[in-house]
Order: sequence, then C-alpha cells, then structure tokens
Amino acid sequence: MVDLTQNYFELFALPVSCQLDQQQLASQYRALQRAVHPDRFADDSERQQRLSVQYASFVNEAFNTLKQPLSRAIYLLRLAGRDVDMERNTVMDVQFLMAQMELRDEVSELKTQANPEAELERLMSQVDDDITACLTKFEQHWRAQELEQAETIVRQMQFMVKLAAELKQLESKLLDGE
Amino acid sequence: MALLQISEPGQTPEPHQAKRAVGIDLGTTNSLVATVRSGVAQTLADIDGEHILPSVVHYGAQGVQVGFPARAAALDDPHNTIFSAKRMMGRGLDDVAALGGLLPYQLVAGAGMPQIETRQGLVSPVEVSAAILRELAARAQETIGGDLDGAVITVPAYFDDAQRQATKDAARLAGLKVYRLLNEPTAAAVAYGLDQGGEGVVAVYDLGGGTFDISILRLEKGVFEVLATGGDTTLGGDDMDHLVALWLLQQAGVDESTIDAQQQRMAMVEACRAKEALTDGAEVDVYFGQWHGTLSRAQFNELVDSLIDRTIRAFKRTIRDAGLKVGEIDEVVMVGGSTRVPRVRERVESFSARAPLTSIDPDKVVAVGAALQANVLAGNKSAEDMLLLDVIPLSLGLETMGGLMEKVIHRNTTIPVSRAQEFTTYKDGQTAMVIHVYQGERELIKDNRSLAHFELRGIPSMPAGGAKVRVTFQVDADGLLSVGAEELSTGAKSSIQVKPSYGLGDAEIARMLHDSFAHAGDDRDARALREQQVEADRVAEALAAALAKDGQSLLSKKEYALLLADLENLKQCRTTADARTIAAEIDRIGKATEEFAARRMNQGIRQALSGQKVDDLEKF
Repeated sequence: MVDLTQNYFELFALPVSCQLDQQQLASQYRALQRAVHPDRFADDSERQQRLSVQYASFVNEAFNTLKQPLSRAIYLLRLAGRDVDMERNTVMDVQFLMAQMELRDEVSELKTQANPEAELERLMSQVDDDITACLTKFEQHWRAQELEQAETIVRQMQFMVKLAAELKQLESKLLDGE
Repeated sequence: MALLQISEPGQTPEPHQAKRAVGIDLGTTNSLVATVRSGVAQTLADIDGEHILPSVVHYGAQGVQVGFPARAAALDDPHNTIFSAKRMMGRGLDDVAALGGLLPYQLVAGAGMPQIETRQGLVSPVEVSAAILRELAARAQETIGGDLDGAVITVPAYFDDAQRQATKDAARLAGLKVYRLLNEPTAAAVAYGLDQGGEGVVAVYDLGGGTFDISILRLEKGVFEVLATGGDTTLGGDDMDHLVALWLLQQAGVDESTIDAQQQRMAMVEACRAKEALTDGAEVDVYFGQWHGTLSRAQFNELVDSLIDRTIRAFKRTIRDAGLKVGEIDEVVMVGGSTRVPRVRERVESFSARAPLTSIDPDKVVAVGAALQANVLAGNKSAEDMLLLDVIPLSLGLETMGGLMEKVIHRNTTIPVSRAQEFTTYKDGQTAMVIHVYQGERELIKDNRSLAHFELRGIPSMPAGGAKVRVTFQVDADGLLSVGAEELSTGAKSSIQVKPSYGLGDAEIARMLHDSFAHAGDDRDARALREQQVEADRVAEALAAALAKDGQSLLSKKEYALLLADLENLKQCRTTADARTIAAEIDRIGKATEEFAARRMNQGIRQALSGQKVDDLEKF
C-alpha cells in the first residue's frame, strides 16, 4: 500500500541535507505534480480522483516543508528523532532576548521615523540575514548531531520568522495607508 | 473460456473518441461556452450567431426564458427578471440586502441562500444559474453533436467555499459533469500563455460585471503556478453603472428612494449605455425621463476613480503577497468587459508601467482558457503539455477560545492541500466539542465568514487538556473544503463535507432536481440510470486503459485476471442492471482496484523523477 508517510527528501529524490538547491527542488516538485495532480484524473473514477487529491496534497505539503528554512530545520530534527513542539515555551538565551527586544523597539519606533519605508526595508533585510545566519549555525549543530543546540537555534529562528511576518504586515499597512 | 484481447502496452484497447468537453464562463452579466475543435478553442454561437448569452433569466407567466429574450423582458417585468444571480450565489439575505439598489427583487429568507419570489414561484440563485448553464449546454450539444462528457466552469478566484459549492450545485442541477471549477484569471492566463508560448511572471487583472480578481502567476515550461490571488467579489462594472445611475438621478433631480424598480432599471440601462459610449467618445448625451444632459469622459472618470482605486490597492497587495515587486511583472493581461473602460486601462498601465495585453477579446478569453483546460482534463490532449497549480484565495480556520480565528490553511496555499491541527478540551470531563469552521483573514471570527459547524461527540471524560482532537482540513483542486475530526485516544471520528451555512442541503437539491425534471418532463429514474451508466463507462474505460498500460508490469497474473473479470462484469452490469446495482458494482470495483491504483500512482512518481526511466524502482 502507499506510504504517504515516506520521507520528504526521498519523495523528491534529494539527499537529506540542510541546504537545498531551490531550483532543483522546484523542478522535482513540478515533475511530481505532473504525475499525481487531480487534473491528470479528472475523467477517471471518483475513487481515483480522491486518491490523487491525497497524493497531490502530500507532495504540496512536502514541498512547502522543504522550501522554507524554518520548517525544513524542524523537519530535519524530527527525522533525527527530536520532535520539536514549537508551541511549548522554553527558556531562551538572555542575550538573544535582549537583541530581540532591541529589534522590536526599532520596529515600534518605525512610524516616527523620517523615512519609515527605507527604515522598514533595512530592518527586513537585517531579519532575513539573521535567519540565514541561524540556518548556518543550525547546520553545524545538526551535522555534529548536537540536537539540543540545534533545537535552540530553531527556536531562535522561529522568533525571527515571526518578526519577518510582522514586518510584512507593517509594510502592507504603510503602503496601503490603512 | 473466451480469448482475452490484450493490446500493446501504452495503447488503450478501445481507442477512445475525443471527449465532448466544454469550458463555460458563468459570468455576472454575460456567459459563454467554448470548446476545442481541430486544435483551436472557440466560443460557440447560438442560432442567431450570438456568442454572448446575457446571464438573465425571466420567470414570466408564459414560462422561463434565458438570455436576450429575458433581458428584453426586464424593462416591462423587472421583478420577475433575474439579473446578476452570481452575486447572490452562496450569500445570505443580509449580504444580498447590502448590495442595495442593484437587485430589485422580492427576497425571501431560505434555509441557506435567499430565494427570489417570481411568477413561477420561489427560485434560488442556484436555480437561476442552473438555467443559464442548461441553456449553454444545450447550445454546445447542438453545435458539437451529442451529450457533453464534461465541463470546466470558471469562478472568480476570490470566490469562497460557499460560492464555489453553490456553483457546483448549479452544474449538478443542470446535469453537467464538472471536470473542474477553474479560477477565471487562471483561465485567462492559460488562453494567453498557450497562445503566446509565454514564460515569466504574468498578472491577470480581471474586472467583470460584478467581481474583481487579480492573480499573479509564474509560467514555466507549461506549468501555470499561481503565486497569489486577491480581489473583491462585490466590485465590478455593475457598480460603475450604479454610480453613473446615481449621478443621472441626481442631475435629473429625482430622489432615488422614491423611484420604482422599473425606473431604477431604466437608470441602470442608461448608465451602462453612457459608459459604453464613452469607451470611444469624449462625451455622450444622456436622458432620464424628461431630463437630458451630457456626460463627459472626464466627469465619468471622476465618478469611477474611487472604484478603480480599490482595484489598484488590491493589485499592490497581491504583488506583495506573491513576494514580488511591481517591476518583476513581465506582462499584465486584461480580462472582463469592464477593462474596456479607457480609464481602467490608463490606471493599470500607469501603475504597472506595462502596456496591458488585450489581444484576446476580454469577454471571451476566460471561456477560451476554460475550453483549453477542459480539453486537457478530458484526456483529448496530452496532460504533459500543461499543468495548473492554483491557490486557495482566503484562509481557512477554526474558532478557538475567546472568539479567535485559528488559521489552519493560509490564503495563497497551493491546492490541493490537507492539513491537520490538534486541539484539546478546556473543561474537566468535557465529552463533546463543537468545531466551527470559518474563512477569512481577520483575527476575530465574527469578522470572518462562517462556513459550517459540527459536533464531535464521544470524547472520553478526562481532565481539561487531557483529550486530543485532531481536525483535518482537506481542500480539493476545485477549492472545496471537507473537514474531519478525530479524538486521538479513542479514535472517535466525525467528518463532513462542508455544507456552507449559506449553501443548499441535500434535501433542497433533491427537491430542485425533482422540480427541474418535472419541468423538463424528464423521467427521474431514467436520468439516475443514465448517470450511473456514464460513471460505469468512465470507470470501465479508465480501468481498461490502466490494465493495458500497467497491468502486466504491476500486477501478478492472478491479480490481472481478477481485475479483467471485474471489468467484463461491470460492462455487463452496465447494460442489464438498474441504477442501484450499477452503483454498487462501481463501488465494489473501486475497492478491488485500490491497490492497483496506488501502485500506479507510486510508479508515476518514480517515473516522474527518474525522467521516464523505471529502472530505479528499488530506490523507494
């Protein structure tokens, strides 16, 4: 029977790794969807269509997980046997928290800046750089099988990703004048 | 034992004829049907040579009329002539009332959607849409010659679950097999993309009679990947007409609240005429009653600029949602009759710094794209050539404590998608849980649209936070949601196909089907039998093709023989048995072929990744 629980990397015929060739990932994704997408089975029996919906959903989920650095890192930890419950709060490194608070202060002062849009852009690219730096650190720990440290990095990464999302929302408000 | 015919691998035993597949643009103001003939997608005309069918149905004393004759009846009989039914699809009475003067009907609250009082009795917007679909299907059958095998029906990308479900219900009522609900901007992109062999990022700006959609797509090697979609399902050319009509009344010194439906309709018709005249002219003479005056292009632009502003704002937001900048858009495609308005083109051009593409008739482009997709889905054309990856336009979520919306699937997620979320009980000894499903972007559920609610019972009595309930959302390729819930320690399950709060119950659909047969003088049993026979043929044809292609490589001799016997059985059953028996046989075969179907899917995956080579089977 079908194994819809198979490893996402195997599904995409890619090596289990932290850094992924995004173009290769995307082209494998398209090849997979060409094979399983419900559009291939629109004139088939209803049962076959349902099966195809399951497969295509699984391929989409796998693609989304592997595409984003944060979800990919969480997934790598899970494959290594460490399930990370991101909802659970843990004690964070004080230095990291201080840095975060400073960043958030900058965000809240954005509106009073002379040129908020430029400032926002600077912050967004800084957060992006931080996420990339996190991923590099994560990879070192993950390679060395230091899963606890790797998890700490993942939690920091989640902070940054949330901040990035908030900055995006702020950008919408700023640009739409809402 | 009879000799079995076994064809060459890769060839179907019964080389099937081209399927009769159509694309239908079910518009707010106008509808069209198109099909692919000799490799070219064309809209189909009625006997008078008209391609467009006004989306108007007249429920008069003499009977039901659709299209031009219905539209002609509107001035004399406005209350029984239904325009813009699309704006009422999947909506509640309050939503429709909020449309105000646009719809001069006597509305009655129904179980879900409002019903419209007509001389032919109460009709639901779904029935009005079904009447339009039936008219188009009849036209297509006559032109192509024979019953239709299936249709692709387009919907605004921004349609929510209830509006999509209502559209599918209308098709079912009209007796159409729906291959797919296709988003209108995606259809337009297909028409342009295949036409021009395009690659790159395309924005589709679709301003129709009653809806506005904006979609950003990436085209690459035949794959149309929607990156983001946005819009407004209550914004269109009708609203422009309405603004001009208000201006007319004001100029004529008429108080809007004192006029009747007939005068209202007259004002709208005059407004629409003025708008169209200003496409080429600099000014137009306008009349209302005894009053007459002129409307200049500049005045008109001023009247409608606020509407266009809303579309440009949505355009900006959608580009950001796609993670792009305006400069990264390679082409802008214009769709919908309202993009004929010069001011719309000007504003889009100045915002995007691109001359928008208008080479395909903006009224026909959606139907043409839908026909191309229908042709692929019917299997008439190799699916290798084209793949559409669309997204869900609005987030889906659940109500959690404090009336908050917990999003389970975010907007602009590629469909189909399945996602599970776990919830827990908040009281000691809680044994039931109400799952309330919403669609929308706001944080509070009261600001979002309620889709459905259901109860999960039989949760074992445990301290608060003890029980774990997994809720699974599944959105299919039509953008339709089904929700299942399961208590993890006991396995208590509950699952529903989401019946939208503003949708139709099965009983209501059954009633309407019955009514439509009564009208058509059709025999209900005969129709049910016909439907099962068609499905049996579909199953048999698919199984025969699958056996021919993969039977020998993926099945043992014994398995192969069993399925072949099943196939023969089904063919026999199809011609001799009644509807119920055929349905049971289809179901039985479905179960018997499950394993084979799964093996075929897995093989498809392997082949896709190994560049059509089958030799690294062992890898998985």
